[in-house]
Amino acid sequence: MATRELTADVPVLSGIANMFSSIWGTIRLLARNRVGLLGLIGLLFFFLLTFVGPYIVPLDTTVKVSEIYAPLSWQHPLGTDSQGKDVWTQIIHGGRELIIVSIVAALLSTVIGAGLGALAAVAGGWIDSALMMLTDIWLTIPQLPLLIVLAAFIRVDNPAALVLIIGLLSWPGLLRAVRSQVLAIKQRDFIEAARLLDLSTGHIIFREVLPNMMSYITINFILAITAAMGFQATLVFLGVVPLSGTNWSVMIRLADTRGAIFSRDSFWYIMAPVLAISLFQLTLVALERGCAEVFNPRLRS
Amino acid sequence: MDQSVMIEAAQRPRAEWRRWVGAFGSSFIVRRILKALFTIFFVTSLLFFLIRLMPSNPLQIYIGELMSQYSMSYQDAASQAASLFSIDFNAPLWQQYLNYLGDLLRGNLGLSLRSTGTPVSLIIRQFLPWTLFSVGVGLLLSFIVGIGLGMIMAYRRESWLDNILSLFASITTSITPFLIGIMMIVFVAVQWRLVNFAELRGATSPGIKPGFTWTFLVDIFRHAALPIATYIITTVGFWMLSMRNSTLATLGEDYVLVARARGLSDGRIATAYVGRNAALPLVTQFTLSLATLIGGSAVIERLFSYQGIGLQLINSVIQRDYSVMQGIFLILTVSVVVANLVTDLCYGLLDPRIRIGKSE
Repeated sequence: MATRELTADVPVLSGIANMFSSIWGTIRLLARNRVGLLGLIGLLFFFLLTFVGPYIVPLDTTVKVSEIYAPLSWQHPLGTDSQGKDVWTQIIHGGRELIIVSIVAALLSTVIGAGLGALAAVAGGWIDSALMMLTDIWLTIPQLPLLIVLAAFIRVDNPAALVLIIGLLSWPGLLRAVRSQVLAIKQRDFIEAARLLDLSTGHIIFREVLPNMMSYITINFILAITAAMGFQATLVFLGVVPLSGTNWSVMIRLADTRGAIFSRDSFWYIMAPVLAISLFQLTLVALERGCAEVFNPRLRS
Repeated sequence: MDQSVMIEAAQRPRAEWRRWVGAFGSSFIVRRILKALFTIFFVTSLLFFLIRLMPSNPLQIYIGELMSQYSMSYQDAASQAASLFSIDFNAPLWQQYLNYLGDLLRGNLGLSLRSTGTPVSLIIRQFLPWTLFSVGVGLLLSFIVGIGLGMIMAYRRESWLDNILSLFASITTSITPFLIGIMMIVFVAVQWRLVNFAELRGATSPGIKPGFTWTFLVDIFRHAALPIATYIITTVGFWMLSMRNSTLATLGEDYVLVARARGLSDGRIATAYVGRNAALPLVTQFTLSLATLIGGSAVIERLFSYQGIGLQLINSVIQRDYSVMQGIFLILTVSVVVANLVTDLCYGLLDPRIRIGKSE
């Protein structure tokens, strides 16, 4: 018994230790890469801003008529909005939910895309044909209109529903790429060996094939987060998702409905959330470029 | 007569028929057309079942609305809803489905729920051309400019010009398009006052007569300028980066070296040898880009108040006008599918390797 527990425990522990050391190794390599370092710094900035910031700076939601569109000052680093509320504290409080929803949605679509892509390639036959046909169709349907139409049928009033419809939509690109890569990996000897050992399809997919593609999947995951962030902002801006709370996309929507886009005084009120989302997306793309260069040494100059 | 010959004679037409069907089925063009038709069929079915089978489906909502607003009886409300959606409630579901498909084949998309009596097909005919016009012009210009800049970047690789253009392309392709649109309005129209945004709403100025007159053409381009500029800025980076990579790969080919050895001029090598071959794979990306742009037109048109089909889609969703929404979504998908088909067929003409029917 004792020995069996030991042998069961140790691989798990060493697996976790391996994962952390490989993540740490990646981070160290990233820090040496110029674009990657930029991405890491940006990521740290956004983490401090949106996850730590709200505990330091309280959100003040009282309307102050005397301070509408106040100019930039030490008291209001980014000015105030159409109700005299401080824009900077809204930016601090407005990122967390958006970022979490983006990450979970990206995780969902990555799991679906990578899992089904690997399944299609390993299983082959009619499963492969059916999945590829579905993917082809899914890729031709314009995504944003589909999201808009779905949002009209499904009440998207909680983050979970938002995660679900964004996550369930954006897998086809990854599926195709993973499938073609797995088809290439399938030819290699160690997969042949696993087949000869009569290991299950699930084992071959998750333990033999996918670990060899982790770098590719990671890169895709980072890009999926930026896409999910964009979809959220777009849906809120279009008004097909109910507005709730304070977040960057709701700020853009409110700034638009209150006419802040067209007023010269409210420059920072509209630009602050626009820049917040843009910079977050740029940070992730920088991180993705850095990762691509770290994972694929041939790209390093 | 020998028996085997008779049997052969009896079988010959069948074998020929089979060979003909085989050739027909494996033909590149036929397969593409079948795939396009199947995609359209899939989307229409999806929409039908969404509208009919969702727990709080639009029909029930609409019937409920009629009953509470106009205090109609359930029978009256249901029959009015049935006439608007052109669905017969008493028929079994499969028959409703067949009727729905039959109506679509005849181009009957039903009537609008909100502006009662307006056929959906009329709304589409009125607004779709503007979207196709602005998206089409934007995509073409972006493709041409992107191909040109991408080639320059590849020829001047690692120079300051390449670095700046690469940075520009990376930034514009990373940010969600409508945020770039907002920045355009904020800077171009509000802060720098280069254009008068209030005048540029809509697809044309009020009171202008449509026709092939100079004033009309200038007017529609003026109104479409900001949306088209946004389409170009958000997509040109993708073409630049793809063309840069594609050109770099082509420059390493042997035939380029041979062309150089033959003493051909640099201009001729750049256009006839490198440019043509490097741009060829990008044609397939046209499809994906078009789907994204047509999809994205909804939010760009909403932002610039441009009277295209995308804006109508948003309005119909907000007003819960399901028949209009369904019709527009269908027509958007059909446009993308048809554009895909045309691109695929053109690609077959451009690249003979595709035509010589190797199946996927």
